[in-house]
Amino acid sequence: MAFRLAFAAALLCAGIAVAQEIPPGERRSGTDFMSAETRAIQADDGSNPGMLWVLQGESLWKEPAGASRRSCASCHGEAATSMRDVAARYPAFDTASGAPVDLAGKIDQCRTTRQHAAGLPRESEELLGLSTYVGHQSRGLPIAPPDDPRLHAARAEGKRLFETRMGQLDLSCSSCHDANWRGRLGGSAVTQAHPTGYPIYRLEWQAVGSLQRRMRGCMVGVRAEPFAYGSAEFIALELYLAERAAGLALETPAVRP
Amino acid sequence: MNAPLLAAMVGLAVPGTALAQDAMPRPAGITPGEATEGARLVADRQKSLCVLCHSGPFPNPHLQGNLAPDLSGIGARLSEDEIRLRVTDMKRLNPDSLMPTYAASKAGERVGTAWRGRPILVEQEIEHIVAYLASLKE
Ligand code: HEC
Ligand code: HEC
Ligand code: HEC
Repeated sequence: MAFRLAFAAALLCAGIAVAQEIPPGERRSGTDFMSAETRAIQADDGSNPGMLWVLQGESLWKEPAGASRRSCASCHGEAATSMRDVAARYPAFDTASGAPVDLAGKIDQCRTTRQHAAGLPRESEELLGLSTYVGHQSRGLPIAPPDDPRLHAARAEGKRLFETRMGQLDLSCSSCHDANWRGRLGGSAVTQAHPTGYPIYRLEWQAVGSLQRRMRGCMVGVRAEPFAYGSAEFIALELYLAERAAGLALETPAVRP
Repeated sequence: MNAPLLAAMVGLAVPGTALAQDAMPRPAGITPGEATEGARLVADRQKSLCVLCHSGPFPNPHLQGNLAPDLSGIGARLSEDEIRLRVTDMKRLNPDSLMPTYAASKAGERVGTAWRGRPILVEQEIEHIVAYLASLKE
């Protein structure tokens, strides 16, 4: 009987934990959960492998491309000035397409409509390089999601997706990243899933990859069919993640295990 | 008050019902499990996934999760039938449980094509795991 009462009490706690969002005061970047060695690699630009993608992005920034023979720099000038804080505000509403767009999507849009060059596929080295370079210009700045009413519906959809149980394992993002962020899944810290460091250099990938690649990994982990790169679902999730992480400092390029 | 607590309270109020809901007999046509096979399955990080959430007297302690109770001595705390119910479908006891339903395909949205319509473990595999866990007396 005592056991059953204890079990009922445990059920009550579990029920509450599932629904709870992380209070702003308890928000912590994934960096805080890493080993001292991995944190040291991230902190030192000389050893952070993600800096190679920043350098590649910098040379693409200056390179004329497409039928326009314009470089990004020819319109935007010094990225340190023109791109400062841009990554902190994305995803944003895009008037041209009438839909939210994420940073990689916006860069690709300039590439096709302004440079008149062929579009860059998601996860291509070029798009990762440019995204890492532009993201790096916001390093240290707080994530500041725009309070644009045109984004509200997509952000709410992102929250709904975050809380939807998916896959054969029937787990939501929230089951792990809200209710169990203090725990370990196998040997890995679960963490709060904040998008502070993207694109990241992931030791497991031996390469830089996007936030969407990371989210696809978690979806495959619960044995769900991942959303497509660049899909409205992923941009909605990115919008919600940015709001959930508002105020945390950007760290691009972060290093992750 | 939330639904699982209510359900548990209802179970408490009707003696006998609680017992029946808290345990599950070996299904007809399933032979008693083999503990050695169960030990292998529990430690399998890709197939059963148990050690992603649970720790216990299994190999590689540093790769075991801590999202769920330690399974050391589980055979002393729960009967075989109680263990079987939990491994088969923890959500019958706790609809909000983190633990997946192993036997039926009670899955979430967008199940990957390779997994669609399939249970995580078949009944005989669950029976091996039950035999192994029931043998963990300390
Ligand atoms: C021909 C000029 C031109 C070129 C070349 C160009 N852009 Fe742009 N870009 C613009 C203009 C104008 C805007 C602002 C209007 C808009 O949002 O479309 C803009 C907006 C942006 C934004 C969004 C800024 C914000 O504050 O929201 C990003 C990011 C960006 N460009 C990146 C790039 C990158 C990277 C390249 C090179 C691959 C590039 N652009 C090439 C003209 C250009
Ligand atoms: C079963 C638990 C689990 C579920 C469910 C889950 N994740 Fe994760 N997630 C993890 C773990 C564990 C890590 C850390 C992995 C590592 O370090 O190797 C992680 C990492 C992440 C990260 C990287 C954070 C950083 O600091 O860079 C993001 C973003 C993320 N998850 C988003 C999601 C989203 C979105 C979903 C839902 C579609 C989801 N996760 C579902 C366990 C989970
Ligand atoms: C995604 C995480 C997860 C996985 C994977 C998982 N469990 Fe669990 N399990 C839990 C949680 C959490 C509980 C605690 C009850 C609850 O919250 O619903 C639990 C409870 C149990 C219990 C009851 C423990 C007790 O002390 O009462 C047993 C037995 C059990 N699990 C066995 C297993 C076995 C065997 C496997 C693999 C076939 C497994 N679990 C896989 C999360 C998990």
